Amino acid sequence: MSAVPATQAPAPKPKSYLDNGHTVASWLLTGDHKRIAILYLISVSIFFLVGGIAAGMIRTELLLPKGVFLENDSYNKVFTLHGIVMIFFFLIPAIPAVLGNFLIPLMVGARDLAFPRLNLLSWYVYMAAGTLGVIVILLGGVDTGWTFYTPYSSLYSNSQVGLTIAAAFLAGFSSIFTGINFIATIHKMRAPGLTWFRLPLFVWAHYATSVIIILGTPVIAITLLLVGVERVFRIGIFSPELGGDPILFQHLFWFYSHPAVYIMILPAMGVISELISAFSRRPVFGYHFVAFSSLGIAGLGFLVWGHHMFVSGQSMYQGVVFSLISFLVAIPSAIKVFNWTATIYKGTVKLDTPMIYALGFIGLFLIGGLTGLYLSSMATDIHLHDTYFVVAHFHYVMVGGTIMGYLGGIHFWWPKMFGRMYPDNWGKLSAVIVFIGFNLTFMPQFVVGYLGMPRRYHYYYLQPEFQPYHIMSTLGSSVLGVGYFMPVLYLLWSLKYGKKASANPWGASGLEWETASPPPTTNFLEMPIVTKEVYTYDAEKAEAEFEHRQELIEEVTG
Amino acid sequence: MWRLKFAPDQASTFAEQYDWLFWATTALTIFFTIVVGLLVIFFALRFREGKKVDRSNAHDHHLMLELTWSIIPLIMGLGIFGWASYLFVETRQPPKNALDIYVIGKQWMWHAQHSNGVRENNMLHLPSGTPVRLTMISQDVIHSFYIPAFRMKQDVIPGRYTQMWFTPTKPGVYNLFCTEYCGTQHSEMGGYVVVMEPAEYQEWLANGGDTVPVKPMTMVQKGEKIFKDKACFKCHGDQDIHEGPSLVGIYNQRRVMKDNSVRLADDEYLRQAMYDPYAHILKGYENTMPSYKPKSTDDLEGGLSEEDVLNVIEYIKSLRTSPPMTTPAIPPLATGVPPTGVEN
Amino acid sequence: MAAIAAEHAHSHDHHGPLHHQFEDLEQQNEAYLVGMWAFLVQEVMFFGALFLAYTLMRWQHPMDWYFAHNELDWKLAGVNTFNLLLSSFFAAMGVRSAQLKDRKGVLLWLAGVLFCCLVFLGIKYVEYSLKWEHHLVPGPSFFYQGEANPGVAQMFFGLYFAMTGLHGIHVAVGLIVFGILWLMWFFRKPIVTEDYMPTEMCGLYWHFVDLVWIFLYPLFYLIPHP
Repeated sequence: MSAVPATQAPAPKPKSYLDNGHTVASWLLTGDHKRIAILYLISVSIFFLVGGIAAGMIRTELLLPKGVFLENDSYNKVFTLHGIVMIFFFLIPAIPAVLGNFLIPLMVGARDLAFPRLNLLSWYVYMAAGTLGVIVILLGGVDTGWTFYTPYSSLYSNSQVGLTIAAAFLAGFSSIFTGINFIATIHKMRAPGLTWFRLPLFVWAHYATSVIIILGTPVIAITLLLVGVERVFRIGIFSPELGGDPILFQHLFWFYSHPAVYIMILPAMGVISELISAFSRRPVFGYHFVAFSSLGIAGLGFLVWGHHMFVSGQSMYQGVVFSLISFLVAIPSAIKVFNWTATIYKGTVKLDTPMIYALGFIGLFLIGGLTGLYLSSMATDIHLHDTYFVVAHFHYVMVGGTIMGYLGGIHFWWPKMFGRMYPDNWGKLSAVIVFIGFNLTFMPQFVVGYLGMPRRYHYYYLQPEFQPYHIMSTLGSSVLGVGYFMPVLYLLWSLKYGKKASANPWGASGLEWETASPPPTTNFLEMPIVTKEVYTYDAEKAEAEFEHRQELIEEVTG
Repeated sequence: MWRLKFAPDQASTFAEQYDWLFWATTALTIFFTIVVGLLVIFFALRFREGKKVDRSNAHDHHLMLELTWSIIPLIMGLGIFGWASYLFVETRQPPKNALDIYVIGKQWMWHAQHSNGVRENNMLHLPSGTPVRLTMISQDVIHSFYIPAFRMKQDVIPGRYTQMWFTPTKPGVYNLFCTEYCGTQHSEMGGYVVVMEPAEYQEWLANGGDTVPVKPMTMVQKGEKIFKDKACFKCHGDQDIHEGPSLVGIYNQRRVMKDNSVRLADDEYLRQAMYDPYAHILKGYENTMPSYKPKSTDDLEGGLSEEDVLNVIEYIKSLRTSPPMTTPAIPPLATGVPPTGVEN
Repeated sequence: MAAIAAEHAHSHDHHGPLHHQFEDLEQQNEAYLVGMWAFLVQEVMFFGALFLAYTLMRWQHPMDWYFAHNELDWKLAGVNTFNLLLSSFFAAMGVRSAQLKDRKGVLLWLAGVLFCCLVFLGIKYVEYSLKWEHHLVPGPSFFYQGEANPGVAQMFFGLYFAMTGLHGIHVAVGLIVFGILWLMWFFRKPIVTEDYMPTEMCGLYWHFVDLVWIFLYPLFYLIPHP
């Protein structure tokens, strides 16, 4: 894909969006999607830190069978905090609200998203939700687990359930606003000549994600509202004591929360498609299959929620149907992995930092996806349900998948966002440390889950055979923590001391690389007109150019 | 320092079948991870920038290849699905001769009752080689009854019965956990399952378990006592009368309702008849029966606890037209009380 | 929000209805429509979860549902149904006038919508206060002496208040939205007078609110004997 500016005259150096006002108000009242993306980048990073501290506390506590420093209640509150913050305040907004917000208008060749004020509102709603979350922590926390299962959450828990529900409710609306914005933008604001099948796969993935957000999030919102109503007014909806049905809650909850997994992983898959293609100098293999697999996942993803309920007492026949569809939804994910592999074949591969993250993603997602088979097949799920096996599985998908994609994307588009390069060797090192630390942390959890350790336990005094695995896992998590912390340091360092980045430092294709780094407030000085197909890479040409460069270097150095 | 354990004990018939499926899936997982992982690494290194390799004739798309790698995993997936579903369906169909044991979950303990009335907390004694069926209910929040060595788990829900069954194979002591998060002491809600030789189990039962010194009443006896105390027999005698139908011999029979629907008088039906009698009214009767649902779990106040309901159900089961075979201890007519029941 | 609007207005090169991120008015209108429909789909799912809960509970307790519904006044709500249908007609006529750039017509028809809004909320207030007096609001003061099981009746009224309440909130939002729209037309703001799309979007929203009531009315007020 390439833009042909209407005039070929060299434009004067434009003022970048970062220089368009330096006051606090110019940031907090901005309608610019790029600035809102930066606001989101800062906020999700803070929430990631909060969730990460909670994770560290959990791992420390589990070192000893009797627990190390937390009481029952505090442990329950810490793992609930970890779940709620990481899911509602980090994983769901991370890629769409930071990278999606920043890149979708650039990738479709628009000046901004369709509804800039709605976009800013979504950030304020998100921050309001986050503030409520902080208030919940200050008031003593909440202990229901992120799943809010009734009747525990509605009648039995003595913690801040009401406020937490309000926070999750608001966070949901923040993502609905983002979703509506993306759908309108992708439908109606593509540059002339930019047909649907010339869109980068990143955009396709975000389109599918937005559809899930719009269809799923309202359901969780109203469900949580009903839990609140039941808790406050004691109206029986989900509690058998009041005549309600607790299984109804689980159906409504998972109707959203399973697709929510795809809200987290689809954007990461979109990032990986971009990275693999750019660093292999090859168009993504089977573009149409990869694009439609995103929509396939979005559609089928709404029909598999019952696989969280195989042992909940739902009927056997329901279970069989949900299990079958769960096996079907694995296919589009498999298609993506195979297509990425085929993209690398006969490419000209550059192993820069984003590519290392992308390769790491494939490895972790493979394990995460394949261990999903154990949980979608009903017989194996009976034993593994609600054990550490499940914990390990969804961390492989959601953390190994989403965060690898997110970090890969941040490293790829960092020069575009801030106009600075970071030290590549540090980047590679952090990617390798994250990959190793991640496997050390979560691989032992598969074993301890198979041995029968239930999740949300902090006390396993009578089962000392679980301890070695917890020690390995805790050691791994400290490696992982180092891996996650390193990018914070060198990326912040690069803001001031990094080498200035050119408009297209990776030589990648895509409209976002055809404007300055960082882009001007209106994104493009001349609105682009697209005349070429998507991913105009040529591996053979890239190799020839590389060799030519090498020869020149040799000539100069003698 | 530690003896690393890689697999849980295998102590039920299901556990053996389970592990075949588990390790087959594991083999598949490892195979695909290694093959795809190695391919990715191999391609990434072989086609590195600067390597002189053949990059010509690279395809951007290839329909046959796409179909191949969609359909082969699909077939493998469907294979696992079929195998797993077959096993799962089996775990949902207890054999007729299964030994019935009743389990109640509450924050934060398991409470089990054997049919002769022996009760135990956070322990479950079982005979090996006999199919066992657990009928379970919760008094408060959702719990989940989990025995890793049996590879068996079932959520225990307030307001309705759930069942699980298994056949223990190896005498021994195994972990028992609650796996559905249920509040403060969730991680301490558990104990042990003790599998014994059948003869040993019979002896244990006959001695009233380890903990209960006095010979306990059987569940049927307890049910009968409740039946008398609550004056259920006034409306539910040995004949159908205007006030209420007789309950003799109704267990597991089809009953015709006011709206002409037909319902099976099983455990769930009987429990509902006691707790929510208006839900379904028998043809020919009015809704005159009060609900025996307690106001709350701490305050029974004229209601029946879940345990009471189980006892009454067991009593109703024992009411046959001929003298009951299973519980000769019951003299239904000797006390002057006609065989009665609590159905509406 | 006023500050955002002000900042936004500043960044405009011109003060017409076209926002800077769009090429032309047609693109802007299409984007608005797509966004509005996406929002309405979201609304359908929002109410959908409640309808699912309703279906499940009515299916489990058909008799109690019937007995409990006798406490509701179908005539009063019937007037309200007619009233909402009328308001939808007014809204449609308002949109038509906006397309014809007939300012007087718009002001008249939208005033009709606003009037119907107020009537609807007024009748709803009467209904709710009657329920309050009869102790039919779920909670500690709930007291029901009818033929239905009191627990189920409380669930019925719980859902009744949840669903009609959520709908009522949507009507109240409609009142605000149409009030602002009317004022913008009154003060001849170019953002509405030069482009009919804002008026049409408000109309779309109003039709949706109306449609939800068309489902709520029979589901709560007109339950046949099972």
